[in-house]
Amino acid sequence: MGDRVTMEILDLGKDDLRTINRRLQKRDGEDNVSDFEVINPKGSHALACGLMHPINVTIKGHTGYYCAGMNKEANITVEGNAGPGVAENMMSGKVHIKGNASQYAGATSHGGLLVIDGDASSRCGISLKGCDIVVKGSIGHLAAFMAQAGHLVVCGDTGADLGDSIYEAEIFVKGKVESLGTDCEEKEMNDERRAVLADLLNKAGADDDPADFRCYGSGRNLYHFKIDNAGSY
Amino acid sequence: MCGIVGLYIKNKDQRSRLGQLFRPMLSEMTDRGPDSAGIAVYREDSSTDGKLTLYHDNPDFHWHVIADEMESALKTPVTEERIASHAILRAATDPSKMREWIDKTHPEIRVMSAGRVLEIYKEVGLADAVMERFGVPQMAGSHAVGHTRMATESAVTTEGAHPFNTGNDLCLVHNGSLSNHNRLREWLRDKRGIPFKTENDTEVAAGYLTWRLNEGASIKEALEAGIKDLDGFYTFAVGTADGFSVLRDPIACKPAVIAETDDWVAMSSEFRALADLPGVDKATIWEPKPGTVYTWGTA
Repeated sequence: MGDRVTMEILDLGKDDLRTINRRLQKRDGEDNVSDFEVINPKGSHALACGLMHPINVTIKGHTGYYCAGMNKEANITVEGNAGPGVAENMMSGKVHIKGNASQYAGATSHGGLLVIDGDASSRCGISLKGCDIVVKGSIGHLAAFMAQAGHLVVCGDTGADLGDSIYEAEIFVKGKVESLGTDCEEKEMNDERRAVLADLLNKAGADDDPADFRCYGSGRNLYHFKIDNAGSY
Repeated sequence: MCGIVGLYIKNKDQRSRLGQLFRPMLSEMTDRGPDSAGIAVYREDSSTDGKLTLYHDNPDFHWHVIADEMESALKTPVTEERIASHAILRAATDPSKMREWIDKTHPEIRVMSAGRVLEIYKEVGLADAVMERFGVPQMAGSHAVGHTRMATESAVTTEGAHPFNTGNDLCLVHNGSLSNHNRLREWLRDKRGIPFKTENDTEVAAGYLTWRLNEGASIKEALEAGIKDLDGFYTFAVGTADGFSVLRDPIACKPAVIAETDDWVAMSSEFRALADLPGVDKATIWEPKPGTVYTWGTA
């Protein structure tokens, strides 16, 4: 067998989800199959979750809840739309959605890169913990709520309450921001940030000009309990 | 959690296939709501008769006696058709009068729907069994709305199953929960004369829309007013005699997806319910925006 790269097709029309996830997770022993294609996903839940190897997985169609969750090292492409919670809690690797993504895409993710070619709806990247998210379209409300680390790049517009209660993550937006959430403020777009943004756009295959983006981050006013606010609780 | 689906057939040549296309959609939503299932079908009858869908828990209930009684009371011929635990009564008269007579004379009978084209079938149990029992896969019509229920705020009963019909040819299914339904029910009942039959929150939303429509609002206007007056989480699918609408609350936690082709428009809690519709691979697919009313037909 040697280093030969082989491609395997997994059919959700024939095999059940657990069988297919077990195969993608290589739980029955490692082999040198590095490329998988999943056909007939038809919106099924929790597809390609918990992958732990540097393999390429292409899903031919739309997926349901929690696709590519907890990803580590794998490079997963969805040739369609993704349902709620795509790439939740990703650790590393790359997830690429060629269509739109539903609610809370990339929530709580620690590392890796999530690229969404279309739009993402509400709560994109909430509680982000170090992952980078690039959305080529627009996003809905409450994105990056309580985000702690990592980057959210939006080439289109954002909905209301962007970055509410944000910690140290950074948000780059090219289009209109409907409103900023509590303690989220515009930051200076310095050379360092422009370089980070240029690198992310490059990795995501987006040809937008970093000069067209604004940066947002934490005002750091919510970090500590303030005795003056005690009456509000 | 609950599952909701709606299918509106734009291409009139395909309306004979409504039930056949609708069945797998609702079936796919079974695991979102295994407590009960309900289906509202808009049958496009050519007659302008009034029609009631009725339910009684005795499967051998004497529907012909009820039809005879109604006939003498309303002084117009009434026909009856038994469909499993339900029955359809038809008469060339105002469906509101038929409903009023049943509610007053036979409170033991539950009016599932009243209108000229709408029929509602609902039962405790899984979607496939409920659809089979009522022959839904064979039904023709312009549009259908369905619901699989995972009960949260009121009992698992046939009466508590969705869809809810409170005004002629209007029906509502709901995924979510309303938090101000008790006070709103009281207000609608005491101040606006809208009757309620259950403790269910969704019935209050249906009653609210009926009140707004009675006041002269379009369904779009009624739903837009609802964004302000209905508090809670919801994705609604609404059927009217010749239209179909979708609304999500402004926070939009409850899922929804819409797919549209030249022939049909369909919505569901999840894409998998739409995955087998003909031509879905070429459909325009999107997630309805929060707090935005979508309507099709002449809704």
